[in-house]
Amino acid sequence: MSTNINTIRDLAEREYQWGFVTDIEEERVPKGLNEDVIRLISAKKNEPEFMLEWRLKAYRHWASLEKAQAEPKWANIKYAPINYQNISYYSAPKRKPSLKSLEELDPELLRTYEKLGIPLEEQKLFAGVAVDAVFDSVSVATTFKERLAEIGVIFCSFSEAVQKHPELVQKYLGTVVPYTDNFFASLNAAVFTDGSFVYVPKGVRCPLELSTYFRINAAETGQFERTLIVTDEGSYVSYLEGCTAPIRDENQLHAAVVELIALDNAQIKYSTVQNWYPGDKEGRGGIFNFVTKRGKCQGVNSKISWTQVETGSAITWKYPSCILQGDNSVGEFYSVALTNNYQQADTGTKMIHIGKNTRSTTVSKGISAGHGQNTYRGLVKIMKGATGARNYTQCDSLLIGDKCGAHTFPYIEVRNSTARMEHEASTSKIGEDQLFYLRQRGLKAEDAVSMIVNGFCKRVFRELPMEFAVEAQKLLSVSLEGSVG
Amino acid sequence: MSLLEIRNLKVKVDNHEILKGIDMEINPGEVHSIMGPNGSGKSTLAQVLARRESYDVTDGEILYTGKDLLAMKPEDAACEGIFMAFQYPVEIPGISNAYFLRSALNAIRKYRGEDELDAMDFLPMFREKLKLLDMDEKLMNRSVNEGFSGGEKKRNEILQMAVLEPKLAILDETDSGLDIDALRIVANGVNAMRSPDRAIIVVTHYQRLLNYIVPDFVHVLVNGRIVRSGGPELALELEEKGYVEIDSETRQVTPA
Repeated sequence: MSTNINTIRDLAEREYQWGFVTDIEEERVPKGLNEDVIRLISAKKNEPEFMLEWRLKAYRHWASLEKAQAEPKWANIKYAPINYQNISYYSAPKRKPSLKSLEELDPELLRTYEKLGIPLEEQKLFAGVAVDAVFDSVSVATTFKERLAEIGVIFCSFSEAVQKHPELVQKYLGTVVPYTDNFFASLNAAVFTDGSFVYVPKGVRCPLELSTYFRINAAETGQFERTLIVTDEGSYVSYLEGCTAPIRDENQLHAAVVELIALDNAQIKYSTVQNWYPGDKEGRGGIFNFVTKRGKCQGVNSKISWTQVETGSAITWKYPSCILQGDNSVGEFYSVALTNNYQQADTGTKMIHIGKNTRSTTVSKGISAGHGQNTYRGLVKIMKGATGARNYTQCDSLLIGDKCGAHTFPYIEVRNSTARMEHEASTSKIGEDQLFYLRQRGLKAEDAVSMIVNGFCKRVFRELPMEFAVEAQKLLSVSLEGSVG
Repeated sequence: MSLLEIRNLKVKVDNHEILKGIDMEINPGEVHSIMGPNGSGKSTLAQVLARRESYDVTDGEILYTGKDLLAMKPEDAACEGIFMAFQYPVEIPGISNAYFLRSALNAIRKYRGEDELDAMDFLPMFREKLKLLDMDEKLMNRSVNEGFSGGEKKRNEILQMAVLEPKLAILDETDSGLDIDALRIVANGVNAMRSPDRAIIVVTHYQRLLNYIVPDFVHVLVNGRIVRSGGPELALELEEKGYVEIDSETRQVTPA
């Protein structure tokens, strides 16, 4: 029995492998938020007037919300109040990376990404994956840019897009998530410092998986990135996003916004493996992940598909959604959310059916272990004009141990009687029977749990690109270590 | 050295004594049948041998290949060659039969310091074993036991046994819920596994299965005690007289 306890302790101690800090010189603005900080950020990034205007409007809106104490309180999560004046809103590695050549990057940074398994040198990359790496607040490298440019695909940091393609940014920024959308989206609009930008022109099927890797390094900073993806008529892109952060005792705020726009017959597949630092076993530290992700199927026959594997963060507040505006458009949401130790997740999706014959699918798999609290919150809304709309929702929870919780809040609003809605839900517990069965066949307890969990998540993993699916499975096993005793 | 030696084993469940002092010795190559009415403690004995942790062993010891079995975790016992065919096999949604079995086999091989098998090495062997149990290849890609009929589940247990090639196989009421054809297939599978270096324990409360798997020894378990042991003829005698009579006869000979 004591060997059993020791193994589990050993496993628990190597739980978060991405918790190192890179010692790198950084440049940051003083803590606190006011109009001067916004102007400073905008000036540092040499932004055109329209961006500053937009940021200031967002800031004023956010300030009014903060004054009215309008930070959202409806989610099923508990956390100490966030002091927004105690955060530095801009941090960047000091040596300004040139985007022309990776050789000019700080070698410390390259080593960091190598440790994370993200080699930036192009020759080492998986064939078919172009990477944008965001370190603290700024994008440090984008690979394969020239090759993509040949076919007209723009894949660059948001800052670069603002400089080189201001017309596209101005046309689409805030059209899916306006700066008034919610408290955290307003904050992001005011202070966001970088992120990724993708534009796929008419009729182009992007031949590479585009990938962004986010890394929070500096202490006492927030990370506020913003991603905008536009697929023009008849185009297609698959985009992957991964994230890690060092182990720190204090909580760090991450408030990102992602906007997707699919025009006629266009498709976007967006996959996330979120592995921000989750906090320690007692619930100290960890990332507060308050993220607004939304896609608009603006054109006919367009499709947006979200797949997320959420294993990190102390708190996850996130509802990747689809506005199905174009007739016959399709929205999908596949999610695995795992909460272990004292992690809390309130996540799900909104499917807003506006166009005729619009279809949506939601598959959510929540896993709770330790003292973890996992909430699924979903809305399916069928508007008056959405004749022939269909939704299928499947929402399953798996409990490991007896101190965790699973909660579901499905909302359905139907204003058109031709709609067809299906909702399936289940809650199960990894039983002693199942564990004993697998162990009797020779599998270690930890491996048995991870096998059961992987089986439970299979429907979602199937939607991930191959390399990501493998990474997600491993991540899930690591995140579950120490959950059986 | 015997393969398994059980000495004065006493086991409690929820503070209720189920096994009241079991002694038994099993050698490689032997097939032992443990028979007894419902609630006699047969399944408890099987599960304790497979190291299920929810049983409270209050006295006695079990030596398996000379090692202290009661100190082993279930996975260690499995890797040391103990296999139990479950009375109620468990479903594992989303995990294919082939993947599950290969993972189990590789866990055992790794424990023994042998190379793990990749899918290419595994498949031909797996196909061979499927044939032995007259099972459809489609079953390879179905989730473990999910949507299987009662008979398919039991056959799947014997399939696993055939792949994992244990030193000591325990069949816990493998005959329950089987029709006569399935019973014959399962028995053929088990008989094909009989070998001089493998022992098999067949737990059952009907004599029927023993027409197909003929044991070397029969033990009658009543109320937590082995009341009689003998050869295969004891099973027939039981079938004729019933457990009550055998038990009372025994009591007259050796009053407790």
